[in-house]
Amino acid sequence: MSLAGKARFQFMKDVGAPALFALNKSAARKKRRPRPANPDFGPPLACAGRLKEIMARHYYLARFAKGARPVAWVTSGAPVELLRAFGYYTIYPENHGALCGAQKMGPELCQAAEEQGFSPDLCSYARVDLGHFFSRKTPAGRLPRPDLLFCSNNICQTVVYWYKVLAHYLKVPLVMFDTPFHFEEFTEADLDYMARQIQEMIPELERHSGRRFDEAYFRSVTQLSRDTSLLWGQCLATMKARPAPMTIFDAFVHLAPVVSLRGLPVAQEYYKILLAELEERAAKGVGALRQEKKRLMWDNIAIWYKVRDFSNLFASRGMNFVVATYTNAWAETIQYLNLDDPFKSVAQTYGLVILNNNLEHRLQLMSQMVKDYAVDGLVLHSARSCKPYSVGQYDLKRLISQRLGIPAVVIEADITDYRMFSEEQAATRLEAFFEALEAA
Amino acid sequence: MPFYAGIDVGSLSSDAVIIDQEGRMLGSAITETGAHSTQAAEKALDLALAQAGLSRGDLAFSVATGYGRVSVPMAQKTITEISCHGLGAHAIFPNTRTVIDIGGQDSKAISLDERGKVVDFVMNDKCAAGTGRFLEVMAGKLGLTLDDLGRLSLAAAGEVSISSVCTVFAESEVVSLVARNHPREQIVRGLHRAIVNRVAAMVGGLGVKEAVTMSGGVAKNAGVVALMAERLGINIQVPPEPQIVGALGAALLARRQAG
Repeated sequence: MSLAGKARFQFMKDVGAPALFALNKSAARKKRRPRPANPDFGPPLACAGRLKEIMARHYYLARFAKGARPVAWVTSGAPVELLRAFGYYTIYPENHGALCGAQKMGPELCQAAEEQGFSPDLCSYARVDLGHFFSRKTPAGRLPRPDLLFCSNNICQTVVYWYKVLAHYLKVPLVMFDTPFHFEEFTEADLDYMARQIQEMIPELERHSGRRFDEAYFRSVTQLSRDTSLLWGQCLATMKARPAPMTIFDAFVHLAPVVSLRGLPVAQEYYKILLAELEERAAKGVGALRQEKKRLMWDNIAIWYKVRDFSNLFASRGMNFVVATYTNAWAETIQYLNLDDPFKSVAQTYGLVILNNNLEHRLQLMSQMVKDYAVDGLVLHSARSCKPYSVGQYDLKRLISQRLGIPAVVIEADITDYRMFSEEQAATRLEAFFEALEAA
Repeated sequence: MPFYAGIDVGSLSSDAVIIDQEGRMLGSAITETGAHSTQAAEKALDLALAQAGLSRGDLAFSVATGYGRVSVPMAQKTITEISCHGLGAHAIFPNTRTVIDIGGQDSKAISLDERGKVVDFVMNDKCAAGTGRFLEVMAGKLGLTLDDLGRLSLAAAGEVSISSVCTVFAESEVVSLVARNHPREQIVRGLHRAIVNRVAAMVGGLGVKEAVTMSGGVAKNAGVVALMAERLGINIQVPPEPQIVGALGAALLARRQAG
C-alpha cells in the first residue's frame, strides 16, 4: 500500500468523486427530457437517485482503491464483516454480473468465457465474471484486480471452482468459508467447525492486509452489518401494506447496498432514507402501482435483462410482486447475528441462508410469506444458472399451489444470459397464469 | 342469432371453429400456417364460415389463440391456448381432468377442474423434442408422410431405441439406423417411444388425473396415443378432430366474452 496511492484514494473519495458526481448531476439535469410517465405506476421512489449515486460512486472509487486499500472479490453469501474489520475494499462479482445482465451484456461476456473453454452450462455469473476477466469489458468502467479472493459455498458449490479459477489466473490467495449443508439441524460440531474457520482466518488476514485485528472494531462493523440488514428487512416488510409502496422490481435494485456495501455506514444511512420514504408512502396509501389488483410472490434470482419489461408487463395487468425469497435472503437470517458471540453467530447467520437450507424450510418460508403478504399468485423463475435455487421448484410450486389454493407458474430463463430466454414461450406461460389469476 | 368464432394460429396449422349461441359447432377448418399468420387465420376463418353458410358479418365475437394469436386482426380478444385447449377438451369430453396437447412446436399438459377451468399446466421448454415438429422432421428423413407414421408404428414387430432427445441429434441417429438397414416401422416406433417418454415425464410432473384427453395434431397419430396410454397405464380419449380443440375452446370463450 503506497502512501501516494492512499493519498490519491482519499482525495478521490473526499474531493474528486463528490465534485464529479455534482457535475454529472447538473449536466444530467440540463439534458434531461421528461420521460412520459407510465400511467400504470404510482409516483417513483424519490431516493432512487441517491441509490444510483451510491453505487456509481462505489464502482468509480474502486478504480483508485488499488494500492490504497487491500482489494477483495467476495461472494454474495460470504461473511464480509471479517474483511471490513481489516479495511478491505470489496467488489462483488455477482453484483457486477447483475449489472452486466441488466445492461444486456450477458451473452457477450459469457461467450468470452466460452471461447476459453468454459461450458455454456456453467453459471452465467461465473461466465460473465471470467468473460470480463478475459475481455476486460464491463459497464462499470474498470474493476480493480483483487489482492484476495473471499468465497463461501453457502450459496452454491460453483463459487468454489469459480474462485479457484480466479485464484489460478490472478495468482492471489483464496480464503474459503466452508458451510456444511443444513439438512435438519446444525450440531455443535458443525457450528464449531464454522466458527473456528473464521477464527483461523484472522492471522491470515492480518498478515495479508498488514493490519492488526481489533475485536472491538470487528464488533462495531458486525453491529453495523446487522442493523443494515434489519433495516432492509423492515423496508421489505412495508410491502405488506395494500397497496404495497414498492414493487419487487424496485427491491431488486435497492438490494445492491445490503449485498455489496453491508457493514459500511453508507448502506445503513441509505436504508434509513428508503425506510422513511416507504413508511410514508404506506401511511398515505401511495402504491407502486396505481391499481394493485393482485399481489404476487417471486422465487429465485432476478432475470436481470427483463426487469424493466416484466415490471411494465405485470403493472399493465395491475399485478404487483410484493415479496420474493431472493430479496428476503439478505434479511432472513440476520437475527442470528449476536454480538456477544460473534464467531458462532456468524456461523449461524451464514450457514442458515436459504440456499444452504433444506427444501422443507423453503416450503415453510414461502407458505408463511403467502399468508403474511396476502399473496394471490406465485411466479418461480427456474434459472438455468442457479441449480441450488432451481432444484425443487416444481415440487414447491405444486405443494404451495395445492395447499394454499393459489395459481403458480414456472418461467424457464437465466439470470444474465438471455440466449436462454425464449420470449414467446415465457409470454404464453405468463398469459395463461394471468388468465388463471383473473378468473380466480 | 349470434355466432361466434375461435381461431387457433399454431406454428404448423391454423384452425377455425364457428359455433352458435347453444355452443353447437356449425363449421370448422384446418389450414397450413405457412409464412403468413394473418392470411392463414383469414383463410381458416373463411373456410369455416363457408361450411357454416355464414359470413364474417354474422359473427358477434371472435377469440384468437395459439402462437400467432396477436396477428389475427379480426379477433376482438386473444386468450392463450392453455385456457382454450382446456375448455375445448372439456366441451367434447366433460369428464376430462387432464389434457395432453402435442402441437407443432410445443407440448403441454393441462390439469382441469370439473368446470373445465385450468388448475395447473406444464409446457415443454425451448426444445422441439417432444412435439409435432420432431415427428415431421423424422418423417421427412424416412421418406414418409405424417399420416403413415401411426399405422407403421402400430404394425411394427419390434422397435429400435432412439437415445437422443434432441431433434437434431435424433435425426442423425435415424440416418445411421437407416444406413444399417433397420426396418423403417421399428425406427418409427422408436421415435414414437422417444416423444412419449418425454411428454409422459412432463405429464407425470403435473400429476395424471383421469379422464385424460389428447388434443393437437399429434393426437391423430394412433401410434403415439397407444404408446402414451401404455406408458401412463390409463385409457386416453381422443376427440374426432383433435386439431380443432383449441379453436373450439376459443369459440366457446368468445361466446362467454359476448355474454
